[in-house]
Amino acid sequence: MNLEDFLAYIILPILSISTLLVFIRFLMGPSLSDRVVSLDLLITIGISIIAVYSIVTNRPSFLDIAMIFALIAFLSTVAYSYYLEKRKKNE
Amino acid sequence: MNDIIIMVIISLGTLFILLAAIGLVRMPDLYLRMSVTTKAATLGVGLILIGLALHYMETSITTQVIAIIVFLLLTVPISAHVIGRASYFIGVPMWKKTKIDDLEGMYNTKTHTLKSGFEEEPEPEAED
Repeated sequence: MNLEDFLAYIILPILSISTLLVFIRFLMGPSLSDRVVSLDLLITIGISIIAVYSIVTNRPSFLDIAMIFALIAFLSTVAYSYYLEKRKKNE
Repeated sequence: MNDIIIMVIISLGTLFILLAAIGLVRMPDLYLRMSVTTKAATLGVGLILIGLALHYMETSITTQVIAIIVFLLLTVPISAHVIGRASYFIGVPMWKKTKIDDLEGMYNTKTHTLKSGFEEEPEPEAED
């Protein structure tokens, strides 16, 4: 069993299952903060899926997208929490 | 031989990510969920990216991977702290079996300043 088959048939399905589990929490999260945390984890799992897919297809230029995803995850979480705090203060 | 090392490292990383996803669904509370996801997801993504760097063995890709890992290690605790602070302010409820809440009554809800609980005693040598 070489590396590409192992990644494509075992690792990528496990990552897809964990994405589905996080998406369940994203749909049923009781508060808005739960949805923000699960969105952060969704983007983090997306980085790892991009990394594994870049090994499978042998294209290292996918890593640029992974770096941009890491930037977007931090920015979106900080922006969401800023506006959550601000909404409570103005009420 | 090299392929087997890469397989083991990537499998460990995938296991950590799967555990983080299960913990996100199963944990009873927002704060416990955050403590699961920040630790486990950072370690999982770091291990998978290290496996990718070992597979390609080029200088440009290795520097890119190191940049991504350092950025994740710097920003994931900051974002967890910021979202936890915001959700404490807007009143996200804790788990009903939580014993100790050290921040209860310490935050001023208008100005968001934090008291330490020792403000009553005057400090004798404050001017020194």
